[in-house]
Amino acid sequence: MEAYLDNSATTRAYDEVADLVAKIMKEEYGNPSSVHHMGMVSGERLSQARETIATSLKVDPQEIVFTSGGTESDNLALIGVARANKWRGNHIITTKIEHPAILETMAFLEKEGFEITYLSVDETGTIDLDELKNAIRKETILVSIMFVNNEIGTLMPIQKAGELIKSVNKDTYFHVDAVQAYGKVLIRPRTMNIDLLSVSGHKIHGPKGVGFLYVKKGTKIVPICYGGGQQKGMRSGTENVPGIAGLALAAKKCYEDFDAKIKKLYDLKQYTVDSLLERIPDIKINGQKVNEGAPHIISVSIKGLAAETVLNMLSSKNIYVSAGSACTSNNPHVSDTLQAIGLEKDLLESTIRISMSFMTTKEEIDYFLDTLCSQVSNMRKFYRH
Amino acid sequence: MQYHAFVIKYAEIGVKGKNRYVFEEALVKQIRRVLSKCDGKFNVTRVAGRMYIDAQDFDFNETVDSLKTVFGITGICPAVSIARDSENHLPDVDGVAKAVIDFIDGVYPDKNKTFKVKVRRVDKSYPMDSMAMAAELGARILDAYEEMKVDVHDPEILINVELREKLNIYSEVIPGPGGMPIGTAGKAMLLLSGGIDSPVAGYMVAKRGVEIEAVYFNAPPYTSEKAKQKVVDLAGVIAKYTGKVKLHVINFTDIQMYIYEKCPHEELTIIMRRYMMRIADMLAGESGCMGLITGESIGQVASQTMQSLICTGEVVTDIPVYRPLIAFDKQDIVDISYKIDAYETSILPYEDCCTIFVAKHPVTKPRADIIRRHEELLNEKIDELVKVALETDEVIEVKR
Repeated sequence: MEAYLDNSATTRAYDEVADLVAKIMKEEYGNPSSVHHMGMVSGERLSQARETIATSLKVDPQEIVFTSGGTESDNLALIGVARANKWRGNHIITTKIEHPAILETMAFLEKEGFEITYLSVDETGTIDLDELKNAIRKETILVSIMFVNNEIGTLMPIQKAGELIKSVNKDTYFHVDAVQAYGKVLIRPRTMNIDLLSVSGHKIHGPKGVGFLYVKKGTKIVPICYGGGQQKGMRSGTENVPGIAGLALAAKKCYEDFDAKIKKLYDLKQYTVDSLLERIPDIKINGQKVNEGAPHIISVSIKGLAAETVLNMLSSKNIYVSAGSACTSNNPHVSDTLQAIGLEKDLLESTIRISMSFMTTKEEIDYFLDTLCSQVSNMRKFYRH
Repeated sequence: MQYHAFVIKYAEIGVKGKNRYVFEEALVKQIRRVLSKCDGKFNVTRVAGRMYIDAQDFDFNETVDSLKTVFGITGICPAVSIARDSENHLPDVDGVAKAVIDFIDGVYPDKNKTFKVKVRRVDKSYPMDSMAMAAELGARILDAYEEMKVDVHDPEILINVELREKLNIYSEVIPGPGGMPIGTAGKAMLLLSGGIDSPVAGYMVAKRGVEIEAVYFNAPPYTSEKAKQKVVDLAGVIAKYTGKVKLHVINFTDIQMYIYEKCPHEELTIIMRRYMMRIADMLAGESGCMGLITGESIGQVASQTMQSLICTGEVVTDIPVYRPLIAFDKQDIVDISYKIDAYETSILPYEDCCTIFVAKHPVTKPRADIIRRHEELLNEKIDELVKVALETDEVIEVKR
């Protein structure tokens, strides 16, 4: 028996996606910029993919820029917008619990002379809209907020944030890192006042090394890599046609029969959380209430146990989860998110993340629960305090 | 400068009397081993107390870096080598002078240097003797490059000219690692953790020509697969010098837990280490190792005080425990760790079995009699647990 519960790290590709990618690599390997027949065939794949992605967000196909994944999308959005709008202002707002692809890019922009405001979050990981409102100034050119937190699954009030930003300063752009949200949440950039949105392929059962950035028409942004001028100069480099086609197919499949699948995921999440609380004493579920947070991420702190030990034990039984915080005797790196939500010190190292996908079964969850429950008391005996 | 030969210098081997050929043979074997992985064609020869490598189509830096991993080499001298003519004659004095002058031009674009010429005339049939030859070559160099000056006491460039089976000219000496060639001593069992010290200890003993086997004590699930991979990588650092390391991975969890359950917690580390030594000793006995190697250094941690060393050392009585770092400061150990490229791996942050169950206040002055008495608390199951640990020994051959 195996239980893959690390879907926020990456997912297994849909079989159809893998087949399509292989088929295009083997049979339709033309360069979409070529003017001959094979180039046309690839170009057609590309526009179909753009269309499919645009439909999933109800936006215009011209507003999709394909990239190498979430990190590049975030870099392009932040650096591209910051540089293009420097003449207007140098202030950017984000949160303390963003992914490193945002936080490290912000650190880079700080060195380039931008001023960054980091919004705090409450114990569920949610931002305070009043704090956001007060932070926006005339020279604020960009606000970047993640849709779903990757560690504790907090669903941020994106709709409200978007309205708020535009009501305070209509010239402030709104970027949303939707890497953990796309495919699990309905996203409507137009009604949500989102100007830029980052997505990654491999989190939605698509291929690794491919993603996209939605850029609302009219947004002032400059590219961060230069070359042959593909994708209207916004992202030079021969398009990863097999990857892009795979990404589009995965996106389409994720949003098919969506409500039923999401309901099933929430049921599974509720079942897992209830079982954990019932079967293991002294544990804490982090983040929002089950039905208020993202449907697929559970963060649980198990008092008196090192997350690493739990991970190793589960891994030896073919169960894969991840640690909330990488923390060992000689590497005191503690998760920014867990610190920001004010998690007790002794729980920081004891936090694991269970992340599910549409492929997760109840059998997998039961196998995980049974294994964890049977080992917890034994492992707790040998915890180093 | 296009070198196409190396003169290899070795120190201690030269004084080993009648056993000398054994050491030289071992050195040749090790040199051939590392060169077999380098680009190029090499011919390694050993003639009358000298070792030569003729090289063709080779990458100079790769070759030198590889030679720097061969214990026994004290100096690597990139050389120009000129063969005898068809009548088996070495070049005459004009020919030698031309070769030396070209050599200087190739190696030293800036001629504003002091120099000395040292000639060795091994071929006594050569018409001029060493002194006369050196004086003549010196004069010719001065004629050729007027900026150059002679300094016989402390020259910036020492030009070596050897009249042997071939004419060899070299000046630069790149330091080798020293030590003795692998395969000239015997084998020893290294207790390898994931830390900084034990790989350095293994390197130092290996440097005396000792083949290395290693044992790692694994404690899943408290230690991860990454921690184990880190130890495999560290064994690879040593294997870079020795060619191969046989690594034993012993599952130590049950023994550790049993000690934790039965013995006073402040003695945990000491008793645990006694069992590690015992198991390493048993493995050493099985594989013909003539000693254990540890990275211990007096007073570095609680289990390495002099009192603790009595307690951990007394369980091994049949073979010596080599502790090459015993009087080293941490920084000195770190320096060597850097030098041998182990440091970056050693500091990767994974738990090892020694850091998992440490008591808040471990004993620093344990008494062996008390430790022995407390160990009796383990009598019921410990032999069986050790037996199982040895039976489930996972052996990994780490090669370079």
